[in-house]
Amino acid sequence: MPETIIRAERVEKYYAQPSANRIQVIAPTDLSVCSGEILALLGPSGSGKSTLLRMLTGLSAPSAGQVYWHDKPIALADPNVSIVFQSFALFPWLTVLENIEAPLQARGMNAAEQRKRGLSILDTVGLDGFQTAYPKELSGGMRQRVGFARALVVEPEVLFMDEPFSALDVLTAENLRSELLELWQKKTIPTKAIFLVTHNIEEAVLLADRIIVLGRNPGVIRTDFKVTLPHPRDRKSEEFTQLVDYIYKVLTQPGERPPALPGVSVKTAPDARIAHYQELPHARPGGIAGLLELLIDRHGKDDIYRLASDLGFEIDDLLPIVDAAQILGFLTVTEGDAEVTTAGAEYANSEILRQKELFRKAAVDNVLLLRQIVRAIETKTDHTVPEEFFHDLLDEQFTEEVTLRQLETAISWGRYAELFDFDAARRRFIQPEKTSPDSVDDPDAEIEE
Amino acid sequence: MNPLHTNFSYTRGRETLARALVLRRTWPVVLDLCVAAIGLAIFYAIVRIAMLWAGPPSEQMVVSLSPSALPMYAFYSLVRIFLAYVLSIVFAVSYGYLAAYNTRVEAIMIAVLDILQSIPVLSFLPPVMLAMIALFPTRHLGVELGAIILLFTGAVWNMAFSFYSSIKSIPRELCEAADVNRFSWLQRLVQLELPYAAIGLVWNSIMSVAGAWFTLMACEMFHFGSKDFRLPGLGSYLQTAADVKDGKAIACGLITMIAIIVAIDQFIWRPLIAWSDKFKFEQVESSQHVTSPLLHLFTHSNVLASIARHTTEPLNEAIYINLANRRRKQVAQLAAHPPTSPGTGSRVTMWIVAALLGAAVLIAAQHALELVRPVTGAQYVELLKGAGATFLRVNFSLLLAAAWTIPVGVAIGSHPPLARLAQPLAQIAASVPATALFPVVLLVLIRLGGGIGIGSIALMLLGTQWYILFNVIAGAMAIPTDLKEVATLFRFSNVERWRKLILPGIFPFLVTGMVTASGGAWNASIFAEYFTLNGKTLTTLGLGEQINAATAEGQFPIILLGTILISLMVVTTNRLLWRRLYRLAESRYRLEG
Repeated sequence: MPETIIRAERVEKYYAQPSANRIQVIAPTDLSVCSGEILALLGPSGSGKSTLLRMLTGLSAPSAGQVYWHDKPIALADPNVSIVFQSFALFPWLTVLENIEAPLQARGMNAAEQRKRGLSILDTVGLDGFQTAYPKELSGGMRQRVGFARALVVEPEVLFMDEPFSALDVLTAENLRSELLELWQKKTIPTKAIFLVTHNIEEAVLLADRIIVLGRNPGVIRTDFKVTLPHPRDRKSEEFTQLVDYIYKVLTQPGERPPALPGVSVKTAPDARIAHYQELPHARPGGIAGLLELLIDRHGKDDIYRLASDLGFEIDDLLPIVDAAQILGFLTVTEGDAEVTTAGAEYANSEILRQKELFRKAAVDNVLLLRQIVRAIETKTDHTVPEEFFHDLLDEQFTEEVTLRQLETAISWGRYAELFDFDAARRRFIQPEKTSPDSVDDPDAEIEE
Repeated sequence: MNPLHTNFSYTRGRETLARALVLRRTWPVVLDLCVAAIGLAIFYAIVRIAMLWAGPPSEQMVVSLSPSALPMYAFYSLVRIFLAYVLSIVFAVSYGYLAAYNTRVEAIMIAVLDILQSIPVLSFLPPVMLAMIALFPTRHLGVELGAIILLFTGAVWNMAFSFYSSIKSIPRELCEAADVNRFSWLQRLVQLELPYAAIGLVWNSIMSVAGAWFTLMACEMFHFGSKDFRLPGLGSYLQTAADVKDGKAIACGLITMIAIIVAIDQFIWRPLIAWSDKFKFEQVESSQHVTSPLLHLFTHSNVLASIARHTTEPLNEAIYINLANRRRKQVAQLAAHPPTSPGTGSRVTMWIVAALLGAAVLIAAQHALELVRPVTGAQYVELLKGAGATFLRVNFSLLLAAAWTIPVGVAIGSHPPLARLAQPLAQIAASVPATALFPVVLLVLIRLGGGIGIGSIALMLLGTQWYILFNVIAGAMAIPTDLKEVATLFRFSNVERWRKLILPGIFPFLVTGMVTASGGAWNASIFAEYFTLNGKTLTTLGLGEQINAATAEGQFPIILLGTILISLMVVTTNRLLWRRLYRLAESRYRLEG
């Protein structure tokens, strides 16, 4: 009978703003981590996966709601957890063995016992003979092994992993994944549950017993289901690809209710999008044209997931471009298939000046922020508007980081479409100079490709 | 095979092996002897210092100009700098730590640091000295401590800034790794914060100690009111030598000082830089390393290792176990008695403490203002005139420094063979404290018919041009080759080349150099405008001159007003000019790879 180790009740995270508004990173969420399962948390970047992980470990306190560790509030308990980090987070000035012994030292273990446990865990993760090396002497894969050893040496009850394989190359990641699975299945490690944050759909389906998909703005659970495929899982099998496709659909249709899972009951949460501005994906006009051309070569329509894997792209890199094309009306996405619209086809096939014209029209029609900037410039007598003005508008709705990225994207699009220009020294939007489209002097002119 | 032959080769092999072993065994013994000798020397040094300090205060100490007195003087000065440095690092770490982790007081602590940094060392002199002498009226210790504290005020601020900003920039995941593994504050400090800050601290230490040599001259010999303080040391030796125009003594003093500075560089800074290399926060091992034989000696000594094994290691273990147990108890207590409301009581006490502190500050400030009341209108006008003169002088010397260092720096930076030749020379030239050269410069100038007016600008130049030069060289070296090739390809004229490539390329480096140089020039102005040579006091109109004269006459109000004026000017130019240029450099002129 699996017991609940960590239980989160209506936890949410928001940042208070000086105005009445606040930025909601995570909407009220219920979630529990039970013994005996590998739980994968999937979501696009910016959906608050890492924030949720940090609340569940007790590292950061939720803005509202409560996290329980074995039915005790986590702040009062002494949760036995550890984290494997994406960047490894090893101390570069300590040797491999010192890195691994540091958590034991913090727990007040005597030196002899530290050494014994340290050496034994090095043996488990296959790092014999490297104890006196410094992390910078090791390859990425070896470094993450040290990361695993440091996390496992305290025999955590729950092992948290924050995108542990995404900084590694494909082969190394695959290798480490299967070794981790082996340790888990053979119960070499006393860990009772594993919580994995990832943006890699295949990785989640490969490892997890249960998958939770987060939506963004604010982070909210979109679907939560069990994976019952037997191990070892075959990436090529019908069930596997169906599941991957299903998750992919959930991720690409943020506005809608998730479709039904093939053969499995799905618990869904309502989408709490209240956004006023749409969030501009961080994509460049050149990238959008490139994607459209690729799709037209494939008869105007293709499965995005297949496209990504054919191109050797991480799906996270491709998604913003797809989103951008969709916002501009150059593309429609249905069930994970992207299809070029007539406007999109015309855009992709035009020469550069015409392309800019089409982009201009599409941008003004579809993107609220750009429309507002253009109007503001037109109405002001001196035809300039400070960036701060829009910064404050966006600030109400997005975090500082997202706001800055929104402005950056808007500037990049606006400049490309010659909707406006941006004076980087004075931080002001200004009217574009109509006569000379290529000003050589401007050091910022080379932002687009 | 011939059995004899095998046997023979076997014994021979053993013999050579044994010999190698003897060598390998004896080498650490030699090292141990070295370490023991160093220990004895330290013991003797402590005895000497104690004898000097515990002695009665000597107001009219005669500084001997015989070269045989130099080693002892140099030793006394070194001890002063060393103690001031130790004090600085302890203060810098504590202050930086508090500022970084107390969000409530962070902003105010950093602002205070900013202002303190702008106050010239000499303005601290009268209050510090009087306080110290009042504390130890019967011992030499008072004046000695005063000098040390003055050196400290010249060295500490940049180190505190460095430590604070290092802590602030620790990558988030490293902090989380420490948190999730329940590091105690001690383990966090030792394994995360200090190592992460180490490189910045080492480089700032080098700068601070250079600054301490600069202020040494003023701290070891000065008049205050009717009192004339002299401490035996290199600074007072040089100053006395200049006073009586003893060329031979000046030369001896300068040579000793340069020798010491070079020795410190070789025996302390180089090993430290080599050691701090291991704290570089990098993922890939870089190919360039600074090496140091002395560091090798320390890391391979048997005595040190065994001392560590028997003292620090068990102690460390005991402390960590104690901290872990304490934490466990706290958690258990927290679980047994969950806190009801998040401490309203503590918040009330905090407000009370803050209110009391605020009141104390207000009262003190009011008293200080009352002190200023007797200052007449004419004196105010005089002060403002002085401020204007010093302001012009500082900025003129900055422009002058930039005018020669930019072309020379760019020339050196864009010709690697030249750089290899010129950089070490420039480094030696830069390491000589300008104040030590000042008497020589003044003597030469007076012989040529000039005076302290030109001399003061020369001193500021001597003290500040190097910062600009080194930064310009670094900037010129950082201009990417492909940009240079583009300039050649499009046949840029010389003017175009400078306007479009070189000046924008070195701009961020130039700004950094100018900011540091401007701070240095303000500090130097205090020393530059007032000098006693050959029994005569040479002065030129300026704020520094007025502060100096006020110190000699014991006029607190003028010192206070002069200091406020200087701080005001420095902080305002920083805010209005340098910070803006900095931002421009960061946003517009950054060359990204």
